[in-house]
Amino acid sequence: MAVAELLQYVVTGLLVGGVYALMSIGLALIFGVMRVVNFAQGDFMMLGMYLTYYLAVAWHTDPLLGAIVVIILTLGLSLIITNVTTMVLSPMPRGIKTAYATRAFALGAVLVNEARAYAFLMALLLAAVVYAFLTRTDLGKALRAAADDPEAAAYQAIDVRRMHALAFAIGIALVAAAGGLLATYHPIEPTVAVNFIVLMFVAVVLGGLGSVPGAFAGGILIGLVQSLTLLVLPFQLQNVGVFIAFLLVLYLRPQGLFGRRLRSV
Amino acid sequence: MAASGRLRGWLPIALVVVAGGLLALALRERYHHRILTLVLLWATMGLAWNIISGYAGQTSFGHQAFFGIGAYVTVLLILKAGLTPWLGVLAGAMVAVAAAVLIGIPTFRLAGIYFALATLAYPLILRIVMDFAGYQEVAIPMARERPTLFMQFAEPRAYDLLALGVFAATLALSHVIEGSRLGYSLVALRENEQAAEAAGVDTFRCKMLAYMLSAAPAAIVGAVYAHAILYVVTPEAAFGVLVIVQTLVVCLVGGAGSKWGPVIGAAVMVPISETLDATIGDRVPGIQGVVYGAALVLIILFAPEGLYWRVRGLLGGRRPAPTSSAPAPPAAAPVTGGPAVIGGDLLVVGEVSKAFLGLQALSDVSFAIREHEILGIIGPNGAGKTTLFNVLNGFLVPDRGEVLLRGRSVRGLRPSAICRRGVGRTFQVVRSFPRLTVLDNVMVGAFVRDRQRERAEARARAALGVVALSHRADAAPTGLTTLELRLMELARCLAGAPTLVLLDEPLAGLSGDGVGVMIELIRRLRADGTTVAIIEHTMQALLRLADRLVVLDQGRRIAAGAPADVTRDPAVIEAYLGTRWLRHAESLRT
Repeated sequence: MAVAELLQYVVTGLLVGGVYALMSIGLALIFGVMRVVNFAQGDFMMLGMYLTYYLAVAWHTDPLLGAIVVIILTLGLSLIITNVTTMVLSPMPRGIKTAYATRAFALGAVLVNEARAYAFLMALLLAAVVYAFLTRTDLGKALRAAADDPEAAAYQAIDVRRMHALAFAIGIALVAAAGGLLATYHPIEPTVAVNFIVLMFVAVVLGGLGSVPGAFAGGILIGLVQSLTLLVLPFQLQNVGVFIAFLLVLYLRPQGLFGRRLRSV
Repeated sequence: MAASGRLRGWLPIALVVVAGGLLALALRERYHHRILTLVLLWATMGLAWNIISGYAGQTSFGHQAFFGIGAYVTVLLILKAGLTPWLGVLAGAMVAVAAAVLIGIPTFRLAGIYFALATLAYPLILRIVMDFAGYQEVAIPMARERPTLFMQFAEPRAYDLLALGVFAATLALSHVIEGSRLGYSLVALRENEQAAEAAGVDTFRCKMLAYMLSAAPAAIVGAVYAHAILYVVTPEAAFGVLVIVQTLVVCLVGGAGSKWGPVIGAAVMVPISETLDATIGDRVPGIQGVVYGAALVLIILFAPEGLYWRVRGLLGGRRPAPTSSAPAPPAAAPVTGGPAVIGGDLLVVGEVSKAFLGLQALSDVSFAIREHEILGIIGPNGAGKTTLFNVLNGFLVPDRGEVLLRGRSVRGLRPSAICRRGVGRTFQVVRSFPRLTVLDNVMVGAFVRDRQRERAEARARAALGVVALSHRADAAPTGLTTLELRLMELARCLAGAPTLVLLDEPLAGLSGDGVGVMIELIRRLRADGTTVAIIEHTMQALLRLADRLVVLDQGRRIAAGAPADVTRDPAVIEAYLGTRWLRHAESLRT
């Protein structure tokens, strides 16, 4: 196999992976702080895609949900969001046509799709901002403290409920942003959430549940696995490679590739 | 009494099934029959999910894998082999059970959320593979000549009755499980997996059995659903998200963990969503999804335990226990006679070492526990005492060294297997099964020696008698005092008739009276022929109780022998007792 071909797959995987990484850190953040597996995450991504589609500039998420959300609740939300979107916006897939969606840079023999490249760079930038926020600012540190030990954080005058709401809001904002980036090259339809929520779960588990840098790495990895699967399996089976990687990691390293130990429940 | 109680349990099941049958005969409109069939099928699917996720608490987000396998195997066998679906259903169920084993072996190594997330992947893989294999739309071929042989009925009542049959069988299966050793084991492992394992429940085997019992009805429902409702099997309809969503809705709205939950959930939710779909579904596509989503949100916010448990709670919960008002029986008479004759080595610990990452918790620890003795294990915090117990009862496998029970190695055995060989244990912090009554808690231990429910119950009641807790048999563990909790845990351990009991700080948190009760009890155990090893911090208590002491410090055995010798050992005084102890002991002697 030509090296250039392999390289092409790696580059494509990396570019897609960047956006996966962004949506996954949103999910990881929510899990890390609230210990909630947010099934509605994919739908917020889908909404983000639509928002981009309608060029909505300002948007607002009610963080009141934060403290009470549990897995099933989010699953319920997810159903409502998917189906209400179907009702309101019709199940017909849409797409945004931009000039750069079909253009590509040539790096030697490797072609880099422009839309994906921009989306990747934006995703990287946003992820860097989130990382800086979590590690450099007082609020970010408070958020991490609330994630590590809510009780101890509360004794340090950190409003844990507020942190939950904040984590939820940031998590949703990130995934919606990722949805916006994805919308530049992926068809937009109400049921798009299902396909991506699973990819997000996979990325988050790969990185170690709740770890934000882990989720980022997990997202990149998913993109790579997805792309490289094409080398051995036909296009339709692309995600089978991802799920098998997911199961393998779960069996061999349930704490994730880069995971920290979960608080025992 | 036991026999009539058994019959009483079957009565509501018979009533529900008869009511379903009457409804099937009474309904006239085809559309109403469709709703009845759907109610019965989703109730059955819910019951199937409830076996692994309700009783055993292993949340499966991938149960549609079995549903889809049942549908596809049955329909493909008709197409490829001309096999009647009546046999195809059985083949589908068998394939699903085999799939459950294949999925379960690796996946049950995961716990909690990891298990739930892993189960997501299997139906997704199957769905993609079915798509890829060219089975995007598999229509069931019409069999005009022999419709009955191919499960094709013009009369909608036939589908009602078919669904009713599957439902009745699954409800009966759930009922049998609830009252069986397996049912108790599943609930126990859901409530506290480690405590269940230590009480003799082979948690892996039980989960696997539950998963298999849960996969078979799910596959049968899938096959019947394909014939009664779908006609054309697609990967989306068989393995899609909506299948698991319907299942979850039915179980969570009704209440997981009881056979009535899914029945109630299906009876409430399916007619609502079907009616809405029929009336405004054309204009508002996706109304079903919104209803299910709203139902999930509302139930989690307002009655997260589900309708069944909520209504039961409102009706006053458990029936009043006839014995609960009885006064506490007098504690067992104090044992004053001399100790039983101490025999040979029962359990030999040979040069056991165990490290956690960098920390050497145990290094080359050797000692023996002799038959009919009370052996005290003491040492400062972090000396490795609990780690030692965890090695002895199989929670941990030692890095090096051997543990011999009656001369045979128990190294590497599961804790449940070691428990069955006669080693019981209690925990430093009591590990109860909070949603089981005291009696049921103890019964989990009793099943080690008796598979049969009535005999296990008799055994459990006897064990409660030994610890003088019979008057609390029907109480919930949450309402117990620390002493009562410790007694309950001890009774659970004794119900398995152990030859050796490992007690991890049985006196911790007890009042002065409580300490007296527990000490008397331990003496009595030994008088009755049980061997006892105790970890304890209360030195005075242990000096009154133990025949010999083993002293651990920083993972090493620094002394062993009669209490009087050990407490004068300079190494022990240095590491644990302190020099003030020595002066205190000297003053006692003079």
